Amino acid sequence: MGAMPSDETKPLVAIAGNPNTGKTTVFNLLTGSSGKVGNYPGVTVERQIGALRLVNGRTVRLMDVPGTYSLSSRSAEEQLAISALAGIGPFETPELVILVVDSTQLTRNLYLALQVIELGLPMVIALNMSDRVSAAGTEINAEALATALGVPVVPMAATKHEGFDELRRVVSESLDRPELAKTTWRWDIGAGELAEDVRSVGQAVPPDWYPGDEKRRDALALWSLLSIDDEDELEHITPALREAVRESHTRAKTSGRELDHEVISGRYGWIDEHAPDFVIERGTETKSFTDRIDRVLLHPAGGFLVFLLAMALVFQSLFTGADPAIGFIEGVFGQLGDAVEAFLPAGIFSEFIVSGIINGVGSVLVFLPQILLLFFFIGLMEDTGYMARVATLMDRVMKSIGLHGRAFVPMLSGYACAVPAILGTRTMERKRDRYLTMMVVPLMTCSARLPVYGLMIAALYPPDAAAPFAQGLLMVAMYLFSTVIALVVAAVLGRTILKGPNVPLILEMPPYRMPHWPSVMRMMWQRGKIFITEAGTVILLCTIGIWVLLSFPRYSAAAETVSQATEVVGAESEEPVANGSSIRDSYAGQLGRWFEPAVEPLGFDWKISIGLIGAFAAREVFVSTMAVVYDLSDEEDETSSALRDRIRAQRRPDGSKVYTPLTCLSLMVFFALACQCMSTLAVVKRETNSWAWTGFLFAYQGALAWIASFLVYQGGKLIGFD
Amino acid sequence: MHPLHNLHPNTRAHLVEIGGERPFRRRLMELGFLPGSELHVIRNIDVGGVMEVEVRHCRVTLRQNEAQALFVTEVGCTKPGCCERNGRDAV
Repeated sequence: MGAMPSDETKPLVAIAGNPNTGKTTVFNLLTGSSGKVGNYPGVTVERQIGALRLVNGRTVRLMDVPGTYSLSSRSAEEQLAISALAGIGPFETPELVILVVDSTQLTRNLYLALQVIELGLPMVIALNMSDRVSAAGTEINAEALATALGVPVVPMAATKHEGFDELRRVVSESLDRPELAKTTWRWDIGAGELAEDVRSVGQAVPPDWYPGDEKRRDALALWSLLSIDDEDELEHITPALREAVRESHTRAKTSGRELDHEVISGRYGWIDEHAPDFVIERGTETKSFTDRIDRVLLHPAGGFLVFLLAMALVFQSLFTGADPAIGFIEGVFGQLGDAVEAFLPAGIFSEFIVSGIINGVGSVLVFLPQILLLFFFIGLMEDTGYMARVATLMDRVMKSIGLHGRAFVPMLSGYACAVPAILGTRTMERKRDRYLTMMVVPLMTCSARLPVYGLMIAALYPPDAAAPFAQGLLMVAMYLFSTVIALVVAAVLGRTILKGPNVPLILEMPPYRMPHWPSVMRMMWQRGKIFITEAGTVILLCTIGIWVLLSFPRYSAAAETVSQATEVVGAESEEPVANGSSIRDSYAGQLGRWFEPAVEPLGFDWKISIGLIGAFAAREVFVSTMAVVYDLSDEEDETSSALRDRIRAQRRPDGSKVYTPLTCLSLMVFFALACQCMSTLAVVKRETNSWAWTGFLFAYQGALAWIASFLVYQGGKLIGFD
Repeated sequence: MHPLHNLHPNTRAHLVEIGGERPFRRRLMELGFLPGSELHVIRNIDVGGVMEVEVRHCRVTLRQNEAQALFVTEVGCTKPGCCERNGRDAV
């Protein structure tokens, strides 16, 4: 059997390559089901490690390096590639690098190959898509390429599963005899000023970056010259190195040289000089498949139309397509709860199992259908190449609120549910873009707000008042309200605490390809697993915590019915509620009364305040909690006329109605803006790995909700509404 | 010499100079946009403010306002008649 990826006695092999070369497919096919997702040390950038079985039962660890066009970097995220390959800081130096290159775009891919060679690492080239003729009508002679580079080249067609046995054999051989895969610098920095810069910067490169290897020191000096400047966001750069780089650039400037150009054209100079040796011309350029598709998908009018249709499909699937699966999960857990209830003697233990554990697990799993669906679409769009077109089409719109075009898909899916949307921010490269998107997505009108809006709108309009139009308009107004607020918040945060440099758009348009289904499925499954194991535990604990708040201290058996109210999944209660008095005396009830002064200016009383506490488990729980608070019997939901009637009949101590139109509106505004969702907070904590950001999200949304509701309620009273 | 964003689709041109901030220039050069490289304008999407350019058989989208920093000399068209229609002569 293969070794566990964490078995550190096995040699480490890195797999690197440009984006869109099929690197992930090669990684997946090489490691099978052994791949594990984790984070790189110190940052929330995913790292996959799997067991790679070579020939004769030999196994090594295979580490996926983030896809990149070059090792030079400006941010801590980009810096991972060089750190992982050169073994800087907490990283272990790989014994060999598999570089996946796209044979149809070879010259650009070779730029990265030259950088890996400069680091002095043994390298095997996986020449992917070698079965294709490029759009320019060229093919690659793998043997000639191997001769030119001085490293082994294995022709492959990853999606057709071709070339893997040979790759395994060559990797195994190269691990035994590294000299076969090791070569010398392909281009020459000469003996002039550039060599002098490399020498002087090399003296400042920390010695533990290049254990005794002088050529690697030179390579890292070149990396420093191209990466370090006064505005970079790199980590672990010593002041001495920074100063040496600054001096070299100053010297270069006075003599009219540009170091970036010298180094980059040095590498491309070698590539262009040797390309005729391994690039074979095969006929003429053809109008490619990609050209024909892009003529529609990037058409100034048609492109946007198709885009809107595609997004409508994604959104509709998340919104309604996931429903049967959600209903199924709810049903199963409801029945499971009933069965356990019937089996166990009634009492606190049975209640804990049913309302705490079963209900808690159910409320985690209920998110899975939407998460899997969203990642299915994201995976499909990434794998086919359509995501780059989405980013292109939406660039102008998203840039105006300080975000990247890729942020559009997570933002849109926020209208279904913030949890998958926040997980979806992982497709963005920059930390600042991910954080900004995460901070505004929970403002989108998610589906859990709809039952609450439904109840309030129903309470506003008596059944005999024939105003279906007004009800619909109010719903649309709530969607518009949340969208406008989210855009404004994005613009404000993006210019203040999440201010980032304006990054120019340089976006590769990869050729369209058929998706590799196993890779799409695998990503879906991995995302689901991460959610369940990491965010799921927090959600489960919170569900139990809220159950405790609502059911303790206990005074009577009636508390049993109270727990029904906390159930997120619809285990429908069979027992009638004897009375709802215990919820008033529960910790939640006490908290509700304690909170009353804080929510009174918004038009809420202590009963609504209990509902707000229950809503933290999930917004729609507000409805069932209010039903218990108002002494109602079973099966209350937003369609229950009994609850509507009860709500309309509620009076304040002075005899005035509780649910005036103003109170309803204020409550809806509060629900639109407040982050009353522990699941959202749990995934934000998971993705940012920071309680500070999670706390900030909760605090700013809470403050925004309070202020907006206050303005609605008090402002409304001022201008004469009641 | 023209700024790149002035070129029409199907124009071929030689890159002469890359301006703009250092990270922008460096990233473009690393993708193969070097002085002397041949560029091929694939399309302009004016409503999105972006343009697609091919270099070394790779296609890249740039913002039109950022492409102003790239200066080129035109060498011709890939579609017969397009230069005349655009009112420009091939160099």
